[in-house]
Amino acid sequence: MPKINMVQAINLALSQEMEKDDSVVVLGEDVGVDGGVFRVTDGLIDRFGPERVIDTPLAESGIAGFSIGMALYGLKPVCEMQFSGFSYFAMHQMESHAARLRWRSGGRFSVPMVLRAPYGGGVRALEHHSESREAYWAHTPGLKTVIPSSPRNARALLVSAIRDPDPVIFYEPKALYRAFREDVPDEEETLPIGKSQIVREGKDVTLISYGASMRPVLEAASELSARHGIEAEVIDLLTVSPMDDELFTGSARKTGRVVVVHEAPRSFGPGAEIVARLVEKSFLFLEAPVRRVTGFDIVIPLYQRETEYLPGPERILKAVRETLDF
Amino acid sequence: MQPSKEKLLEMLRTMLLTRCFEDKLMELCQIPGKVPGMMILCTGQEAVASGVCAALEQDDVIIPNHRSHGHLLAKGADPGEVMAECFGKITGCNKGKSGTLHIAVPEVNALCTTTVVGGGIPIAAGTAFAQKYTSRKSITVCFFGDGAADEGSFHEALNLASLWDLPVIFVCENNLYAGAQRHEEHTRIRDIADRAAAYAMPGEVVDGNDAGAVYAATVRARERALAGLGPTLIECKTYRCRGHGESDHQVYQPREEIEAWKEKCPLPRLRGEMLAQGLMTHEELDRLEEEIRKTVEEAVRFAEESPYPDVAEAFTDVYV
Repeated sequence: MPKINMVQAINLALSQEMEKDDSVVVLGEDVGVDGGVFRVTDGLIDRFGPERVIDTPLAESGIAGFSIGMALYGLKPVCEMQFSGFSYFAMHQMESHAARLRWRSGGRFSVPMVLRAPYGGGVRALEHHSESREAYWAHTPGLKTVIPSSPRNARALLVSAIRDPDPVIFYEPKALYRAFREDVPDEEETLPIGKSQIVREGKDVTLISYGASMRPVLEAASELSARHGIEAEVIDLLTVSPMDDELFTGSARKTGRVVVVHEAPRSFGPGAEIVARLVEKSFLFLEAPVRRVTGFDIVIPLYQRETEYLPGPERILKAVRETLDF
Repeated sequence: MQPSKEKLLEMLRTMLLTRCFEDKLMELCQIPGKVPGMMILCTGQEAVASGVCAALEQDDVIIPNHRSHGHLLAKGADPGEVMAECFGKITGCNKGKSGTLHIAVPEVNALCTTTVVGGGIPIAAGTAFAQKYTSRKSITVCFFGDGAADEGSFHEALNLASLWDLPVIFVCENNLYAGAQRHEEHTRIRDIADRAAAYAMPGEVVDGNDAGAVYAATVRARERALAGLGPTLIECKTYRCRGHGESDHQVYQPREEIEAWKEKCPLPRLRGEMLAQGLMTHEELDRLEEEIRKTVEEAVRFAEESPYPDVAEAFTDVYV
């Protein structure tokens, strides 16, 4: 198996699905000739031509609405927003139409499209280029919000997203685009949307996270084990919405102690929903208040302060200690 | 191309059907609890939907807006199923989930009716792209009002459609009012069709109360679209004889203006023309009107006798 980074893994998913299915069409700003701002769609235009890898004008709302129309007519568009912070123009279309058409048509139509967007900090860019606002999408019934955390699961989840009959918001942690390489099989591989994974087993505390925050979480878990003999169970949500709460509420019943980690702003963030479900389903098993380690309720600050904004291993370890000491 | 006798009859029939259907809806929505939601009617504008749809084939797609009953009926949607949907009944086109405002009918390629003003325009460009991509010999028509032409999505969509020569017709039903704003209160330009020039496509102004003229313009635009020459913007000048919705008392529409436009109502106009030209007799017209009355009565009976969806139905069709 070749070791590749997340950019290459996403490119692999796109090119293999385009190879298999003529109805898969990629579109977005500079996705063709330029190969995308992060080079995720690099080379696709040479293989599949400008009819299937479409450079669009700067028109995020138009791109999303256009993709919805394509999907209603039977195509499987994968549109790219250059940065998730520019996707709010597209929210009108995704929220008002993509998310609702299956329901309001009584199941007679669906919108099998994927909206891809790099999200999150860690690349020292200004606000719209670094923020993490997945909760906007996750709050919308009818949209599926998927966030991978490694090259291998990014590839497998994107294949599933393209084949999914519902609209999928696919947030790519840009901090992980080229952060590490992983074995990714050339053969087809999918992961179910709506399912979380236990990526490290443990008995003392449960750490729940997703996307780019999985790295500091795993780092913290290693340190807890190596230095303190504390075994953390680590859960990667993979899909933020619809949320798979079976796995993490089950884990909480086992460990009794939970820390939730994400870089999205704290209030009304995915962590709030996770804590609510823990209270609803695992309340009598909890030994300590659930802690959240998150971004703050501010605009993501400039890069001198970005590392303090993003949840790092130290903040996670502090929260774990407080949870264990309660 | 001037409409044939058959086309004129088809247009008259769908216009009469729409008027009769909506008059009945207006009557029913006065009865508390009878028809849920808002009632947004196209009274006085029927010639646009009928003229456009008479120029279309089954495979052609329509993307209607909030004032959609005429578009759907003219495209051939079943009146009973549309009425049942307006009532929120399980036998409606969309299992009683869309109500009057969002009806989608796959059988007649009405793929998405949206009430978010201007929201359907980029979707129409997308379906047109898919038609071209899959080499279908069909086109998309998007219906919207003069207010929608002020939305950003109108401009984004026209740009995309023009850039890629997509087979789509943008039909602006300029009924003189966007909500409570008169045309000159929301835009400086006299003709919305002028905006076509900004996107290098033809923009045509048509008398929207003349079904034959609307039909002829649509035929031209459709031929152009199928020939790969790209989109057309057709502005149909018409008038909203009722308020925005059933609860709108039209205080901002001058009485004389409403009365003057009622004189120009497209229905008696087409009816009169056909009688004058000997294309139909008074007896034939009476028979047609009677047939349509029965169709609408049957549609209402079907809707009334149909059950409401079970509460559990609300929780289906969210995700697969």
